[in-house]
Order: sequence, then structure tokens, then C-alpha cells
Amino acid sequence: MSTPLLEVDDLSVRFTRQGQEPFTAVDKVTFNVAPGEVVGLVGESGCGKSVTSLAIMRLLARRGNQVTGSVRFAGTELLTLPDAAMRDKRGAELAMIFQDPLSSLNPVVPIGVQVSEVITRHRGENRAVAARQAAEMLDKVGIPDPTRRLKEYPHQLSGGMRQRALIAMALACEPRLLIADEPTTALDVTIQAQILALLTDLVEQSGTALIMITHDLGVVAGLCDGVNVLYGGRIVERAKRHPLFAEPRHPYTGGLLGSIPRLDGDRDARLFPIRGSVADNIPWDHACAFAPRCHQEGEKCRTVAPDLLPDEEARTDGGLRLLRCHYPLTAADRQRIEEGRA
Amino acid sequence: MTEVVDASGIAPGEVLVDARGVKVHFPIKSGLLIDRTVGHVYAVDGMDLTIRRGETYGLVGESGCGKSTFGRALLQLEELTEGSVTLGGVDLATLKGEDLRRQRRHMQMVFQDPLGSLDPRQTVEQLLLEGMQAHGLASDKKGARDRLVELLDAVGLPASALSKYPHEFSGGQRQRVGIARALSVDPELIVADEPVSALDVSVQAQVINLLQDLQEEFGLTYLVIAHDLAVVRHISDRIGVMYLGALVEEAEADDLYAMPLHPYTRALLSAIPVPDPVVEDTRERILLSGDLPSPANPPSGCRFHTRCPWAQQTRCSTERPALRQVTIEGLPGSHRVACHFAEGIASGEIQRHAVEAVLTEPTEAPEPAPHAVPGTTLLPED
Repeated sequence: MSTPLLEVDDLSVRFTRQGQEPFTAVDKVTFNVAPGEVVGLVGESGCGKSVTSLAIMRLLARRGNQVTGSVRFAGTELLTLPDAAMRDKRGAELAMIFQDPLSSLNPVVPIGVQVSEVITRHRGENRAVAARQAAEMLDKVGIPDPTRRLKEYPHQLSGGMRQRALIAMALACEPRLLIADEPTTALDVTIQAQILALLTDLVEQSGTALIMITHDLGVVAGLCDGVNVLYGGRIVERAKRHPLFAEPRHPYTGGLLGSIPRLDGDRDARLFPIRGSVADNIPWDHACAFAPRCHQEGEKCRTVAPDLLPDEEARTDGGLRLLRCHYPLTAADRQRIEEGRA
Repeated sequence: MTEVVDASGIAPGEVLVDARGVKVHFPIKSGLLIDRTVGHVYAVDGMDLTIRRGETYGLVGESGCGKSTFGRALLQLEELTEGSVTLGGVDLATLKGEDLRRQRRHMQMVFQDPLGSLDPRQTVEQLLLEGMQAHGLASDKKGARDRLVELLDAVGLPASALSKYPHEFSGGQRQRVGIARALSVDPELIVADEPVSALDVSVQAQVINLLQDLQEEFGLTYLVIAHDLAVVRHISDRIGVMYLGALVEEAEADDLYAMPLHPYTRALLSAIPVPDPVVEDTRERILLSGDLPSPANPPSGCRFHTRCPWAQQTRCSTERPALRQVTIEGLPGSHRVACHFAEGIASGEIQRHAVEAVLTEPTEAPEPAPHAVPGTTLLPED
């Protein structure tokens, strides 16, 4: 395997806010991203996927957030980098796309200025050149009539077009890593399909590595090389996408898959939901946070915290497969769930 | 009088809801002193829809297609510009005031945003009792209390929930309260507008299962409005696909997936991600170009012709297609489509071509966000 572009090692984020109990949002998350690789971070609200990405980009306020561990980008440690040096990297080498395109664009600045700003800041081009490159960028992301659109304000664009503008900004300096945080969640499905196709094309053409953060397993299934499933701030399962979907081992992964109606599935099959909600979590200290919601719960689950260990009993397809569970799903369990649904 | 069987082949006795030619147009006003009407948003523009007793009808479409407005118009929460809606034989559009209010007992709604649709200052008990009192169903205090506990039990909440306020619940539990409120007056029809889209995936499944169980238990009729075709297909018996204010296709849930006829339905189906890499790697995507045109200025002819990869030179841009049955082998009579060239497209005679994206201005009066967004903030589930 080639040397990783991004190495996230034991990354933890602890919220220490005045008058509130400290809360660990991200708990010793470790993963690597190779150049050109698409890595998925999947989980429900509160699992820490967005905080992980903000911590990598150093976008969390220093006050009230304790970030520990290490994030190395092409060999450089980002967490201890001086602010000025980080600003040089952000937008140039690492870029990010957010979920809500309207609130991540400045409403009182024309699109063109916002896109060319990135180019003038990082490439040192003059404004005319930057504006021309911005127009090329807008054209590349499929915005019709780009020179006219440059002068328009975010509210004049539709949701899909705004997201395209945001992608144009992120990719303007050809970053080596792009983090997309729920880039299509606010969009309609046909627009989502357009945006995902665009993202994969651009990433493939430029060899940019992509971290895809989403709650939608369908998006992950079509896009990611490797998938990390997060729960309660920790990675609970990691695998390449084919083995993960074919043989989910963590009960949470299995539960997520059982919860979504499939377009091509049997209509009479009942959904097999995970019981309870994230509010039922227990701390990881001496237990598995998922235990109260787990169908597989055994005696060790509430006394011993499971570790993230290599899992060789399931299909790996040659990739590294990791699992954090005392009583993983077996073929027989999956069979039972299938029968329960019928 | 002869028994009339309408175009969808449903005998009148089975019909609970019959909407004919429903139009809802919102005026666009302009001017400082005098409000002049300068145009209309054609939110719903000619909808015919019949819902059988005891069935689940799924209405799908993307944001801005008018599906929510139609749901509200059905319940007379939006004034009809034209058309009629009958519920169990009663023409709702002609009713006013007290008569209409009495009818509301039979038709209830479940909203998308479970927090926004529950009064934060009312306890669950007050929330549930209000509707019952309004319809004179809570005259006996002891009986009403028993009924409340029964309702909560039906939606899977403990009796202790009665004295709690909405903020004390998680998103999924709040949606259960919303469902219990709709059930409290013992309605025949429940219109559920995006009932699960604000919830986390695992909780979505719980609510979907609950809706199915309640239907079985109480013999309810549902109109489920959603943007997620996978969810709609899972719970619905019949599905109507909407585009810019009107139905483009209507079929039994399985038939729609097996043989989508309208180009828009095809594109919509192909755009929905399937959580299976093997399927994802092999399926064909029909990518639509551009965005939904503004409903204030809909395209002429077929509303979809500006984005349709199968659009033809003739008819498509001039003549608006009506919902019709088509004769294709193996196609059941209940399958209807609004496309001039459905047969040719199905047989492969008409081939796909590239479509140039057309600029669309965002609509002046946008509909509420199609789906509140789960899964991104660090706050616990709300």
C-alpha cells in the first residue's frame, strides 16, 4: 500500500463547556486516507462524524474543545501547526464542502468573488486571472452560463447550483484532500445523483482523496473504497465496502442495513429497526455504548469495553477489517434477521 | 343510475377520498400601497386522485412539486382554486365553518417536524385531549383518561409520558406523540406529510413499522407524502408520482418499480442509491440535467419536456399529456401515465438523447424545506 496522505491517529475531541459535564464527542478515532482514495465515515446524528472532520480541518474553536491525538497530512502534523501555516493549507491542500450550501456561502458577496478569493489567496493570481479561472471552475462543475453566474449572489441560485458553486470553491486550487460533510443531504434525489456523479468524476480526474461523511448507506455503497462506521464517537467497524455490505459484523451496522427500506427489496419484508435512540447510549468506559440498543447483547457488554480489533472471521476482500464487538453477527444471526423480516 | 367505475377502475363503494381536478394557485403580490397580483404559483395544477378505503397511497415527488400543498388542500387547510374533494361521499370543498370543522374528525394529519408541530407549553395529555374535546369525545373524564393511556400504548409510549412536555422526548418519541394525536379522534384518513424524513435512519424504521401496525389495528387509510421513493414504496399499496403540480404516473407499488413508464419516474428510480455495492456498481443512472422549473412559470405542454431525455419534437412542448392507461403487454390496467410517447419509450423505439441544462431561477415563494436533515450536528438528536 502506498504511503497514506492523511493519518488520523487517536484523535479525540472533548467538549468542556462551562456549566456542563465534559462530553467526549470523538474518542480515539484512527484511520488513514491514501492518495486518491474515497473513505466513508458513516453514522447517525451525534456519532461524531462531523466533529472528526472539523477537528482535521482545525475548524473547532479552541475554547471549550480539547483536541488530542495526531493528524498528519503528507507527513506534517496539523494539530500543532501555527495558525498562519494552517490557513495556507486550508483551501489549497485540504478543502471542505458542507451540508448546507446556503449558510456556507456569504449571502452578500457574489459567487464569483467567493470562488476567485480562494485562487487569489492561495495562488497569488491577480483578480482578472482569478475571475477567469473561477468561470472555468463553474463551467467544470456544470453551472450553465458561468460568466453571468459569477456576478450573482447565492440566493439567486437553486440548491443544487449552490452546492456546485461550493464544490467549485473547494476544488479551485486542486487540493489533495477533500472532505465532504453530508454534501447531498439537503438536496433532492435527482440533484443528489447529479452532485455525486460530479464529485466522483472530479475526484477521479484530479486524483484528489475524498472523505465522505454521510448518514446514507446508499451513498456509501456506490462511492467509497473503505467505510468506517461510527457510533458514540468511536469507530465500531471498518471494512472495504463490498465485504461490509455483504457481511456486516457489528450489530449496529447490521441494524442500520435492516432499518432502510430498499428500492429493490421485498415489499412484504418488515423493517428490522434498532430499538431505542441515541439518547440511550451508555459511556464507553466499562461497557459498549451500543449495548442498550443491541439485539446481540451478552454478559460482557455492560462490564467490558470492547476494543477495535482485526476481524478475520469474515470476508475482507484483501483489505483491513476491524471490529469493536464482543458478540459479532454471524452468518446464522444474519439469517435469523432475514427470517424475522419475512 | 348506472354504477360508474372511474378511470382507475375503482368501484365507488370502495372509495374514501376522491379528488377531482384539484388546483391550488397562490397569487404573487407586488406593489407598495395597493397589492396587485402579478402572477400565480401553480402549486397544484389539475390533480385527480382516488384513495380506496384501508389502503396506503404514497405520493412522491421532489421539493416544489406541490405534494405537500395537495395534502393540505385535501384536508381543506389550503383553499382550492378549482376542483372538488370528497371524503366518504361528503363534498368538502363546499363545506364551511362548523360543518367543515365537524368533518375534520375524520381526517387528520401527521407533520414532518415533530417538534414544530407540538405546542411546547402543553403536556402530552393536554395535546391529546384538545382534539378529543373539540369533537366532544372527552365528556367522561375517566373514560378519556383510559383512552389516552390506550392511545399511548398503541404508539409505544408509557403512560407516564402524559405529564411530560414535548422537549423531554427524543425525535422518534415526539413523532409517536404526533401520531397519537392524529389517532385521538378516531379518524378514517390520515395524511402523513414526510412523517420520517426528520428522523435518524434507525428511528425511521421504528416509525414506519408503527404506522403499518396502526393501519392493521385501526383500519386506517393513509396518504403518505414523501420525497423518499424507497420509503414510500415500502409502505404504500399504490403510488402516485408528482412533477410540477400534477401526477405523471400512478401504479401499484410493485408495478411502478418493475416497469416505470414515465421518463421522470425512471430518472427518479435510477437516482435513488441502493445500500448494496453490487447493485450500485452495475446499475444504470439516468441523470437529469438542470433543476425543477419554477412553478410560477411552468413549461408549456408536458411540464417535464425541458428536462426529458426522451422528449420529442412534436407534441411534447405543445400539448399537455393527460393521465391515461396504456396498452403494453403485461401491464395492469391500474397503471396510468401522463406521457404521449410512453409506448414508444417502453418498447425502446424512442431512444434517450442528451439534454442541455436550462437555467432556472429559484421560485419566488419556496415551499418549506423538503426534508429536515438528520445526522450532521453534534447535538443529541434534536
